[in-house]
Formats: sequence, structure tokens, C-alpha cells
Amino acid sequence: MKIGVVTFPGSLDDHDALRAVRLSGAEAVPLWHGSDSIDDVDAIILPGGFSYGDYLRCGAIARFSPVMGTVIDAANKGMPVLGICNGFQLLCEAHLLDGAMIRNAGQQFVCVDQRLRVETKDTVWTCEFERGQEITIALKNGEGNFQASPETLKRLEDNDQVVFRYIGNPNGSANDIAGITNERGNVVGLMPHPEHNVEEYTSSSLDGRRFFESVISFVSARV
Amino acid sequence: MSRVVVNVMPKPEILDPQGKAVTGALQRLGFHGLSVRQGKRFEIEVDGEVTDEVLAEIRDAAEKLLANTVIESFEVVAE
Repeated sequence: MKIGVVTFPGSLDDHDALRAVRLSGAEAVPLWHGSDSIDDVDAIILPGGFSYGDYLRCGAIARFSPVMGTVIDAANKGMPVLGICNGFQLLCEAHLLDGAMIRNAGQQFVCVDQRLRVETKDTVWTCEFERGQEITIALKNGEGNFQASPETLKRLEDNDQVVFRYIGNPNGSANDIAGITNERGNVVGLMPHPEHNVEEYTSSSLDGRRFFESVISFVSARV
Repeated sequence: MSRVVVNVMPKPEILDPQGKAVTGALQRLGFHGLSVRQGKRFEIEVDGEVTDEVLAEIRDAAEKLLANTVIESFEVVAE
């Protein structure tokens, strides 16, 4: 089981994501934005940070990097893809996920241990959770305010594509949405950082481990 | 050299936290009754004349990269 983590210029949490993958028991494979190869990984993580300095819009320039063409093709064929924070913004820019992120309401950079509710376990990254389960995951961003048109929001709600909701909305996100998935359930994006919640020494919870356990159990069951 | 300008604005129905903050700051400075929405202006230098093909290409560029049409609208203006 190999999980790739893409490094873009300006990625910050790629090494934390690689470490979290290793701790989960999978093989961590560093991937590079400038190469269109994703080796032979079974799943891909787009990490947090400020790719290309967040110039233009968060994720807007990274979306056209060589690796993303391959990631988009793979995602459309069903490969598990997780976008964390900047990775979520990138997935929205790539139109693999609906909506977009704007500045936090109140203009504050938010950095908290955020309570979330798991709204669906019907994705490859959340199948080891329980629906309705409340978890704590680190949240840290200035542009995490999820917005989409009323029609898109309705479709996300009706199709059970809202994966996580904030308990106590920290940034003005529509419908308290913290994370969503695509129709197929293989692409998930969320603003909180599960890779920061995998070790007792540094984490307020170990709830991030379930993300990695989920994708490992999904891929193992499929093989 | 000719210039084409692309103006990008947050869509009216999308909250504009930056514009809201600027509006608040103006009020505190004594500028009352001014409501601000903040966008982006791209000045694009073009070799030769601004033909319909050039404008169409810039419109394509705006759609693809300069604006995120999920949350933003844009206009292309030849100067």
C-alpha cells in the first residue's frame, strides 16, 4: 500500500503528511509538482501550505502544475485523493470538488483544535468513522470560508457529499461545511489537518489516524 | 503595444470579507455611506492590435485562470 504526497513550491505540511502515512503503516511516497509521474501509488494526498505563495487565488496556479494533470486523470478513474487545506482549495480549483474558499469571515487567521461532526462514512477516506461521530482536528487557515451557489449546496446536501461539518462555525463557511467529497466518494477535501492528529505527544486527539486507516482498509478490500 | 484590462469581482451573492473590512475602516475614518467591494485588475500588454481573436483569447485566459467563476465574475476591456 503506497500513498503519495505531492510537494508544491510553498507546501508546508507535506512532511507531516508523509510522516502520518508512515505511522499508519503504509509506504509514504514523496511526489513532485514538476513531474507528471505519480509512480505506482494507490492513493494521493495534496497537502496544506501556500502553494505558489497563494498568488492569484489559493491553489489556482498549482492546479496547472504537471503533476495535477495526472492526479486529475487518476481521480477520475477512482483513485483515492485527499486534499487537506491548501489541497482542498486546489481540488476546488481543479473542479474535482465543488465550490471555492474565500477569506474567513472576520478576516482572522484561525488556529484551533476544531470540533467536527462526521456526516458520512461513505467515502474512501472516512469509511472507518461512524456517521455523526464527533472528532477534533487541527484547523489553521486564513481562507477556509467554503462557498458555493445555492444549487450546488443543495446538490451536495441531497447527495450526501458533505463529509464534515464544523461544530461552532469558525470562518463563515456555508452550511458549516468543513469538508466535502465528489459523487463517487474517492476524492475528499477538508480544511482541517488530520495529519496533525496522529501522535499522542503533539496532538490534542488521535482522530486523524482514522483517515489513513480508512483509505488503507478501502484499498486493501479492493485488491 | 496595446493594453487589455481584465476586471475580476466577487459575485454579488458571495460574501466579500475584504470589502467588508475596508468598508468598516472607511467608516471609522469618517467616510460615511460608502460601501466597498474589492476585486482585482489585470493589465495585459498585447503585441500589435487588439483584434476580436485577441479579446477571445484573453476571455479564455480569464475563464481558465484569472477568475474562478464559481465565486467571481470578470469583464474584459480594451483600453
